[in-house]
Amino acid sequence: MNWFLGHLDEVGSLMATHAVLASAPLLAGLLLAIPLGWLARRYRVLRTPLIVGTGLLYTIPSLALFILMPLVLGTGILDPLNVVVALTVYTVALLVRTVSDGLASVPEDVLQAASAMGIGRVSRFFKVELPLAVPVISAGLRVAAVSNVSIVSVAALLGIAQLGSLFTDGFARNYLDPIVVGILACIALALVFDLLIVALTKVATPWLRVGSPA
Amino acid sequence: MITFTEVKKVYPGGTTAVGGLSLDIPTGQITVLVGPSGCGKTTSLRMINRMIEPSSGRVAIDGRDTATLEVNELRRSIGYVIQSGGLFPHQSILDNIATVPLLLGWGRAKARARAQELLELVGLDAALAKRYPSQLSGGQQQRVGVARALAADPPVMLLDEPFSAVDPVVRAQLQDEFLRLQAELGKTIVFVTHDIDEAIKLADLVAVLRVGGTLAQFDAPARLLADPADDFVADFLGRDRGYRALGFVAAPGLPISAEPTVPLGATPAEAKQAAGGADWLLVLDAAGAPAGWVEPVRLQAPITAAELHRGGTLARVGGSLRAALDAALSAPSRRGVITDDAGGLVGTVRAQDVLVEIERGPKTGAP
Amino acid sequence: MNLLWEWLADPNNWSGPEGVWTRLVEHLSYSLVTLVIAALVGIPLGLWIGHTGRGRLTVVNLVNGMRSVPTLGLLFVAVLVVGPLLAGDVAFLGPAIFVLVILAIPPILAGAYAGVEGVDPGVRDGARGMGMGELQVLTKVEIPVALPLIFSGLRSAALQVVATATIAASVSVGGLGRFLIDGQAYRDYGEMAAGALLVALLAVCVDLVFAAVQRLVVSPGLAAPNDSLRWRAAPQSVPTTT
Repeated sequence: MNWFLGHLDEVGSLMATHAVLASAPLLAGLLLAIPLGWLARRYRVLRTPLIVGTGLLYTIPSLALFILMPLVLGTGILDPLNVVVALTVYTVALLVRTVSDGLASVPEDVLQAASAMGIGRVSRFFKVELPLAVPVISAGLRVAAVSNVSIVSVAALLGIAQLGSLFTDGFARNYLDPIVVGILACIALALVFDLLIVALTKVATPWLRVGSPA
Repeated sequence: MITFTEVKKVYPGGTTAVGGLSLDIPTGQITVLVGPSGCGKTTSLRMINRMIEPSSGRVAIDGRDTATLEVNELRRSIGYVIQSGGLFPHQSILDNIATVPLLLGWGRAKARARAQELLELVGLDAALAKRYPSQLSGGQQQRVGVARALAADPPVMLLDEPFSAVDPVVRAQLQDEFLRLQAELGKTIVFVTHDIDEAIKLADLVAVLRVGGTLAQFDAPARLLADPADDFVADFLGRDRGYRALGFVAAPGLPISAEPTVPLGATPAEAKQAAGGADWLLVLDAAGAPAGWVEPVRLQAPITAAELHRGGTLARVGGSLRAALDAALSAPSRRGVITDDAGGLVGTVRAQDVLVEIERGPKTGAP
Repeated sequence: MNLLWEWLADPNNWSGPEGVWTRLVEHLSYSLVTLVIAALVGIPLGLWIGHTGRGRLTVVNLVNGMRSVPTLGLLFVAVLVVGPLLAGDVAFLGPAIFVLVILAIPPILAGAYAGVEGVDPGVRDGARGMGMGELQVLTKVEIPVALPLIFSGLRSAALQVVATATIAASVSVGGLGRFLIDGQAYRDYGEMAAGALLVALLAVCVDLVFAAVQRLVVSPGLAAPNDSLRWRAAPQSVPTTT
């Protein structure tokens, strides 16, 4: 506790970096996964390569992916971009299937009704399919968000500063306090992300908040 | 005989599902439990094989209190078919059917041979044996469910809304085959449904239950239609009761008149001559079976199948008054076509002749 | 890129007590031991929870909660707290395996639980109605029907373990992770990248092996119609990565 109070500024700035490193890939991953998920849903031939391909990327352990990133990106080993891109890959892998499942969860008769009223393809996607797929996509996004927060800390082994640095520093000095503070800060950050997504989902799906008539 | 004596089922929350039911279910017949949802019909059924234990009272099979029997042995001696089929998705159709024989320790070869035999008995292609349930249609799955329940040749069969999840056409087929199977096997059958028409079609005896699990009436279908015990039963039976009751009254004495006919392909002149001035003329197909009606005055060319009026229903000779009346009412000529069991033409009856017969028959519609 | 190929091309890096083959065997042994222990705990517990319906909320919370705990921090805490109580190599390996097991249990538990819980109630009802005892219902019906999800739980756990065992090199245990950590310490990018490539290949191979075994063991009757993708379903049911 004393250690924590003495290092408030340091923990705060590491947490801010951590939040950026974990959230940027979440947004990027979601933006990429929506069109890819749509493709996987719309064209059967693309479904298998997309889901198998991203699935294989997902199996690669994070530390290995961080280290391999410079070969692809031409970055230095200490560049935080490695972490952001690697986590984007994981997020996309997780969400492509979620988005595709979410779009598949939209009832066929609703789509037929939308088309029958003359809503065009593109606006049908944005006005009907995507909003109705929000609950499923949101569930996938929560998993991705919480995992991302945990995975970012691994990058400390490569010397990229964020909350994980508290683990490596503490371990090097055989000192438990910073490690425990780091773990709690990570969990707190994951919780904030989770609650934020839940809240945004509620705002985006007002029709799910009303009860059905008794 | 399955005997319910003052059987009650009260759930922990205080809801009474079955409130003191006493019922004698006769051996070798189909007894249907029917009623609105919440009437405890499924609960009553499931108390027979002790899937649900009664709170009080007793259920006995042939005088033996089921509570005294080992529960799994009891269940293996009773066939059980449920609405969703409950087939094991990881097992082939053949292994599904062989489940109870294997539990009884028959040995694999004997159990499979029996299963193969049952597959054909319930009208399924033997080639389906190696398929999995997910590869079958809903109707086929229900047939497998029935075959699985029959596998160890149990004297008692319990069926819980077995046909309610399939479409009406398939349901009617399954019902007909179920009756054919029962005529062959003579099991003691307890059948639960919420569909009163299904109850009337299948049952030897119908038990109408009301919400709270008490017996409203226990009678043969014809008696039920002719003489409902109270308003609840009458309401539940619905409209057209008098007409539906005629379905249980045979019409042996109906005066059947000869009907002039022409074969398909007859010329307009032949048709006019055969009709002898009548508006409508009956046309027979190549096998001599009634095919439909034509109006001779409108004919321009030899009669083709396409111009036949096919609205008329057919009644069998010796069939019910309902079938005869419906044949008369549905024919454009108002003359109901009567056929023999092979489908050949016997003659026609008129609605007024059927009504005379109804007037003369038993007033309550009792069988 | 050249550094990577040079490292891989050097036969000295492959043989001996610090060579690739030794490290691979170490990595696989840690992973296998962990997975067996975690399965022995997680599968029976998951089956029991799924069969009885007791403690399901605990499982859901456990799985979600564990996902937010950073594995690296947990690993260091275990070594610092438990390590001093042990002597020799075990001081690092013991806590490392302990953490690996802790991380592997939730996905296995969740898979077994979800698999049994997801059995169609009509199927269970049919089994009891035909006179199967509770043990027969579990072994003849629930477990075979739950097998796909039990497997995807094991598969997620296996990937999690292979990944975390890599990180465990940072607390001085063996395995392929040594190349990543030592390469970093010696500023030898070739060694790091080669190690990373080997770890990635190992993970992909483990995943494919699980997929193949799953195909052999699971009844074809359980394949959803038109779902030729069942064999790639692992990460979605209980996603974990490290």
